[in-house]
Amino acid sequence: MIHNFLFLSVILFCLGIVGVIARRNVFTVFMSIELMLNAANLAFVAFSRIHESMDGHVLAMMVMAVAAAEAALALAVVILLHKHKGKLDTNVFSLLKG
Amino acid sequence: MGQSVNYLGLIPLFPLVGAVVIGLLHVFTCNKRRLPEKFYGLLACVGPALSFILALKVFIALKALPPESRFLSHKVFTWFSVGDLHIDMGFLADPLSCLMLLFVTFIGSLIHIYSIGYMGGDKNYGKFFAYMNLFLGSMLVLVLGDGPVVMFVGWEGVGLCSYLLISFYSEDRSNVLAGNKAFIVNRIGDLGFVLGMAFLFWAVGAQGFDYLSLKANVHQLTPGVALAVCLLLFVGATGKSAQIPLYVWLPDAMAGPTPVSALIHAATMVTAGVYMVARFSFIYAHVELAGTIVAWVGILTALLAAIFGMFQDDIKKILAYSTVSQLGYMFAGVGVAAYSAGIFHVFTHAFFKALLFLGAGSVIYALHHEQNIWKMGGLKAKMPKTYMTMVIGALALAGCPPFSGFFSKDEILYSALATGHIGIWLVGVLVAGMTAYYTFRMIFVVFHGEPRDHHAFEHAKESPSVMVVPLIILAVGAVFAGFLNFPGIMTISHWLEPSLTEAHHGSVILQVIAILASIAAFAVGIKIAYSKFGQGCPEPEFKGFAAFAYHKFYVDELYHAVIVRPYKAIGAAIWQVVEPNITDAPVQGASRLYILLGSAFKVFQVGYVRVYAIYMIVGLSIMSLFLSQSLN
Repeated sequence: MIHNFLFLSVILFCLGIVGVIARRNVFTVFMSIELMLNAANLAFVAFSRIHESMDGHVLAMMVMAVAAAEAALALAVVILLHKHKGKLDTNVFSLLKG
Repeated sequence: MGQSVNYLGLIPLFPLVGAVVIGLLHVFTCNKRRLPEKFYGLLACVGPALSFILALKVFIALKALPPESRFLSHKVFTWFSVGDLHIDMGFLADPLSCLMLLFVTFIGSLIHIYSIGYMGGDKNYGKFFAYMNLFLGSMLVLVLGDGPVVMFVGWEGVGLCSYLLISFYSEDRSNVLAGNKAFIVNRIGDLGFVLGMAFLFWAVGAQGFDYLSLKANVHQLTPGVALAVCLLLFVGATGKSAQIPLYVWLPDAMAGPTPVSALIHAATMVTAGVYMVARFSFIYAHVELAGTIVAWVGILTALLAAIFGMFQDDIKKILAYSTVSQLGYMFAGVGVAAYSAGIFHVFTHAFFKALLFLGAGSVIYALHHEQNIWKMGGLKAKMPKTYMTMVIGALALAGCPPFSGFFSKDEILYSALATGHIGIWLVGVLVAGMTAYYTFRMIFVVFHGEPRDHHAFEHAKESPSVMVVPLIILAVGAVFAGFLNFPGIMTISHWLEPSLTEAHHGSVILQVIAILASIAAFAVGIKIAYSKFGQGCPEPEFKGFAAFAYHKFYVDELYHAVIVRPYKAIGAAIWQVVEPNITDAPVQGASRLYILLGSAFKVFQVGYVRVYAIYMIVGLSIMSLFLSQSLN
């Protein structure tokens, strides 16, 4: 029973990782990160249910709040990036290249 | 036991505070509205004058004590304390330092007053007086210090001030070089002093490192160590007091303003070496060999400087060599364990040499900074007061009875004779004759005969009274200072007795022989000088030996070739060969190694966000693996 929830969570998380690594559009990367957060949330809630404790729920709510705040910030960053280079391709932003 | 008093520290403090105040005033006003010169002059004389008054107070306080416990001490604060070494900033006044104190402050004050006139119109008037006060303050620290370490503070202070003042006219490169030379040569001597001090501390320093403790523990010194200490300290003295082989800086020191020369030669600086040897008489008295070496170095310096003095044409250089020569006498005195005679000569010399220098300064001032004696002549008529005082100074220097120099020089020569140092005595008598010769050669050429440079002669006039009055006061001292140690009465010797470790000898016959020989030498010297220069004579050409002596036996050139040039060559070799290849190579190699390492790691920094995300995930995965392994 619990395994199904955890499998779903892992699948979602891996999808998120693949999205971050493989996709080049900034928006897609951002949505992949959100996907990973929600995969984690699902795991939290599932564990909370098994252990019959509210801790996982609390943490899940917490992650949601943080994700909301982060979304506001991240969208602002995306706008700035677009203003800066006129593109949303992550390969364009490589100033840290050694 | 002596007394503890709380005003000794003030004596050096007055001029030092004066130096700071004048220096700050000068710094803050020199670029804007300048303060009047009189203000600086007055301010500069206050410190030395107050010190002199306090020195009189010290003298009276000492006089009131019984002779065997005649000393005053003042511990101001504990300077530092490391292991066995406890050094107080402490001052000690005993008969020896009190005598030094009296004439240093007295003559120093007079030279300050004279400088008000001499330095008039100089744009660095304030700076000059700040340095002069610092100079005097350093000398007072040297004289009053209660141990070798405090003495060394003053010792270095006078070295610094001599450098600052010799190169005072710093627009001229040769003056700066003369200052450098004085400073560097003195540093060589100072190294000897420091080593001697270290030896002394190593041997007996644990029970206290001030003169009184050292004197009490001096018997613990083994003869070898005592000899080493004496000779190393004497190396310091040869630097400061211009003896062979380190005398070369003093004639060059004439580059400074004339009052500075007077201060260096009479009151401060060069007498420090003699004072130091007398101060450590408790060690020197136990090591006869060291004393003999000191005496021979002294008398040979006296001879060499007298030879040079006979052939110079710069009035200040003649006086400079006469100082070196007289310092040689002083060392001969302290070398044959006649410490009071040596100090007595320091005392009388301070008067007549200050007088001669200030007189020479007066002549130079009148002739608009002309120093070549062959451009002078016949000045007797134009500058009667300067002439009279200079003649008195010259008679004292030449050792004419009953002027002061006669008594002190005779005392030294008599001591050499009485202790069996016949060779030193003979050379001393010879030098006495040469002294009379070159002193009166200078007097005759400058003041007698016909004027050689008519233009300068027409414009020459007597110096202002602010310069002449100190000359007259010093002339009185130069005449009468000798009577303080009249043979048979010996006021100064008795006064100094508690401070010094010396034996007394009495032999009327030897005394009479010494006196007659000195007088004969003086008479012969002045006779030759008169027959050659008394009626005026043209500038002679130096040939043969005279030319050799005129060029000071090429000692400067020799030092330059043997020491300075190889030293520079070594420096260049180190700079051009050792530094790039040996010291720089590892340093630059290390930096290249890091650049190489960096370029190896650089490939991982691709700049794409997703690659960094991969690194992160790989890292997290490895960490998780380790974690799960360790949990199982």
